[in-house]
Amino acid sequence: MADSFSINERMSGRRKFLVAATSVAGGVAGAAIATPFLLSMMPSERAKAAGAPVEVDISKLEPGMLLMVEWRGKVVWVLNRTPEMLESLVKVESNLADPNSEKNQQPEYARNRTRSIKPEILVTEGVCTHLGCSPVFRKDIAPADLGPDWQGGFFCPCHGSKFDLAGRVFKNVPAPTNMVVPPHAYLSDSRLLIGSESEGSV
Amino acid sequence: MSNLFNSMLGWVDKRFPLSSNWKAHLSEYYAPKNFNFWYFFGSLALLVLVNQLITGIFLTMNYKPDASMAFASVEYIMRDVDYGWLIRYMHSTGASMFFVVVYLHMFRGMMYGSYRKPRELLWLVGMAIFFVLMSLAFTGYILPWGQMSYWGAQVIVSMFGAIPMIGETLQQWLLGDFTLSDAALNRFFAYHVVTLPLVLLVLVFVHILALHETGSNNPDGVEIKENKNAATGIPVDGIPFHPYYTVKDIVGVVVFLFVFCGIIFFAPEMGGYFLEYNNFIPANTLQTPDHIAPVWYFTPYYSMLRAVTVNFLGVDAKLWGVILMAGSVVIFCFLPWLDRSPVKSIRYKGPYFKIALVLFVISFFVLGWLGTKSPTPLYTLLAQIFTIIYFAFFVLMPWYSKIDRTKPEPKRLKE
Amino acid sequence: MKKIVNVILIAIFSVVSLSAYGSESGIPLDKAPVNINDNASLQRGAESFVNYCLTCHGASYMRYNRHRDIGFSNEDIMSKLVHTGQKSGDLMLSSMRKKEGEEWFGVVPPDLSVIARSRGADWLYTYLRTFYRDEGTATGWNNLTFDRAAMPHVLYQLQGEQKFVVKASDKSEQKSLVLDKPGKLNAAEYDKFVGDLVNYLVYLGEPHANERKDLGFKVMFFLLGMFVLSYFLKKEYWKDIH
Repeated sequence: MADSFSINERMSGRRKFLVAATSVAGGVAGAAIATPFLLSMMPSERAKAAGAPVEVDISKLEPGMLLMVEWRGKVVWVLNRTPEMLESLVKVESNLADPNSEKNQQPEYARNRTRSIKPEILVTEGVCTHLGCSPVFRKDIAPADLGPDWQGGFFCPCHGSKFDLAGRVFKNVPAPTNMVVPPHAYLSDSRLLIGSESEGSV
Repeated sequence: MSNLFNSMLGWVDKRFPLSSNWKAHLSEYYAPKNFNFWYFFGSLALLVLVNQLITGIFLTMNYKPDASMAFASVEYIMRDVDYGWLIRYMHSTGASMFFVVVYLHMFRGMMYGSYRKPRELLWLVGMAIFFVLMSLAFTGYILPWGQMSYWGAQVIVSMFGAIPMIGETLQQWLLGDFTLSDAALNRFFAYHVVTLPLVLLVLVFVHILALHETGSNNPDGVEIKENKNAATGIPVDGIPFHPYYTVKDIVGVVVFLFVFCGIIFFAPEMGGYFLEYNNFIPANTLQTPDHIAPVWYFTPYYSMLRAVTVNFLGVDAKLWGVILMAGSVVIFCFLPWLDRSPVKSIRYKGPYFKIALVLFVISFFVLGWLGTKSPTPLYTLLAQIFTIIYFAFFVLMPWYSKIDRTKPEPKRLKE
Repeated sequence: MKKIVNVILIAIFSVVSLSAYGSESGIPLDKAPVNINDNASLQRGAESFVNYCLTCHGASYMRYNRHRDIGFSNEDIMSKLVHTGQKSGDLMLSSMRKKEGEEWFGVVPPDLSVIARSRGADWLYTYLRTFYRDEGTATGWNNLTFDRAAMPHVLYQLQGEQKFVVKASDKSEQKSLVLDKPGKLNAAEYDKFVGDLVNYLVYLGEPHANERKDLGFKVMFFLLGMFVLSYFLKKEYWKDIH
């Protein structure tokens, strides 16, 4: 008398086949039932609507100023960089972990030295790539706490990660990668769309 | 491969009684070999329980137990959450199907005398499960905070007000307010998702333990344990539950899922029986709907609640209604001691019992049907007549089961 | 005996299930032409809904962008449905405030997201076609389906104005509505207009209904296969017993 479902030698071929087939079908059914439950935990339509792209007017953003925008509950920085700030990007390059933005942390159109579409305007998520704190914008040059080499950039108070003014990460800090540049586009010279590359996909 | 498995199993068995439990409750649990259609509903109840637990957990992820948000959060689940509609329909259909399955399971017990000695405790634990299930259904039905949720709960909670002396205070204590409001919704939510499911799980566990102690009854009502093979000690008419009844129950599960999925996907409202139309209107504390009726599984008791229209023995009609309603459910607990027949199964019982059972089933259905209708003088009269028949089944049982002409019970199962 | 019990159970159950919870409304309801697979009808209904209903009633559990279901593109949704500067992911909220509604109509106009699920399509279809002039009410309108409805006849420019007539014969009274002043649409056109609107309300009540049935067929098909397998598995094992 067979006392379990485990297929063994004493079973007839027919019985082996039926046990195997039913088990496989049961497994498929189990996976199929689990799918909608797992999908139900994805962002809902409400979350997607709340996470829709945001439009920002940058006409009043003075050089050297940082604008904070909320998109999908995260802070997005829009920084209007002065010519001196842009120069600093070259100076610090030898100390950076990924100066050429080789890791996939930005859309293709921001894979350049300034990590931006317009050289002076930086758009980046203000989220440290280490453990999600929001770094502080430190534009003072060579302050006492950050050392004589500091050319201005972002400093994460949680665990001390440092980024330059293009959101590129320095060597020998806990954060592994450059900061994330979200998809964005210019609807006109002063209207910036964050979260999407075209108006139609709103 | 099988060596590795055996050595792992051996490791576990030294630390946890895995193999011994597997044997005791499945592969060497001997069940009578003549189970018929009616014996599917125990395992199906377990299936529906699992369905309710899992879908329930996922519903709590998005449901808001707040009077101002509850209705909207249910529609949010139905529309904005991916597959939320499926999970919600699985839960709402599961609630009704739980009662379908449990009623059939109880009816099986009544037909074959499964409540009789030595299974009295098994039956009582089962009744406790039934009470908890009713509480779960009641607290769950409040949560969408639609018109039927609100006014149904209003009616049920008002019944506690009928209790002399303490009624009003008790009612306020239950509601946490002077009226049915957010406070009640919030605490009923707590009962529905934490307290009652925990109690239910424990009771189901105890129910199965008790079953496996006495062994299963069967359509012949014969105790298979009284006929053991002298050499092996195994009941001659018993077969291992696993694999024989596991493979059989799988067929039952698939057939049940046909019905279950048919309702979920093609008739989730089930013509207003599973999801009532008026419950798609948000609760309005100022306006009772024209016609209120509980969900179908409560309608037989609801009919009895309204059947009493006169005061007698110094007790007013309202309290009598509540007493009858409670009594109509509690009275099942006394079955093991009301039945005086020398045989267990309906197969060997006489015509009196058969007629009584048929009348009981008819009165249950008629009362259920009346409970969905607005009361008219004719309907109230019908409800009164069938309430009497309903109770007569139990109250007269010691008499008619004793004088009935029974057939002799066999010693072994018939093929 | 078992058979008798079975027969009785089945008979009783089928009788019970026929008599669904009574809708005890006065007048007989006309059958609404509901077909939630007819995208053209749903789209017409959606536009009418936005133009005529959404000013007072909300459909506040529904998002505009959900109308992709019925064949609208994003551009269609923005141009045909969204008129109030909202975004396509927004809920279809009424532009009227609750307090205003209470002042104007005595009650807050109900949200219409699930109105078809509580009232039923036939009721809505009949209701929207049985308004008539009645000087005795606050709005100057009354309704044969819903006596003293708080809502005035919003669609009277389309339907025209109906009058309530009682034809008394020797045996009985016959109540009916006759068209007093014609509107922009003739009777057949107006019925079609309301039919589309009600069809849309049915869709609105359960936007995933089509998806539900599609998935249902797949599940039933799978269960059929599962049944065959499990049936033969059971037979194979039970050979040991019999």
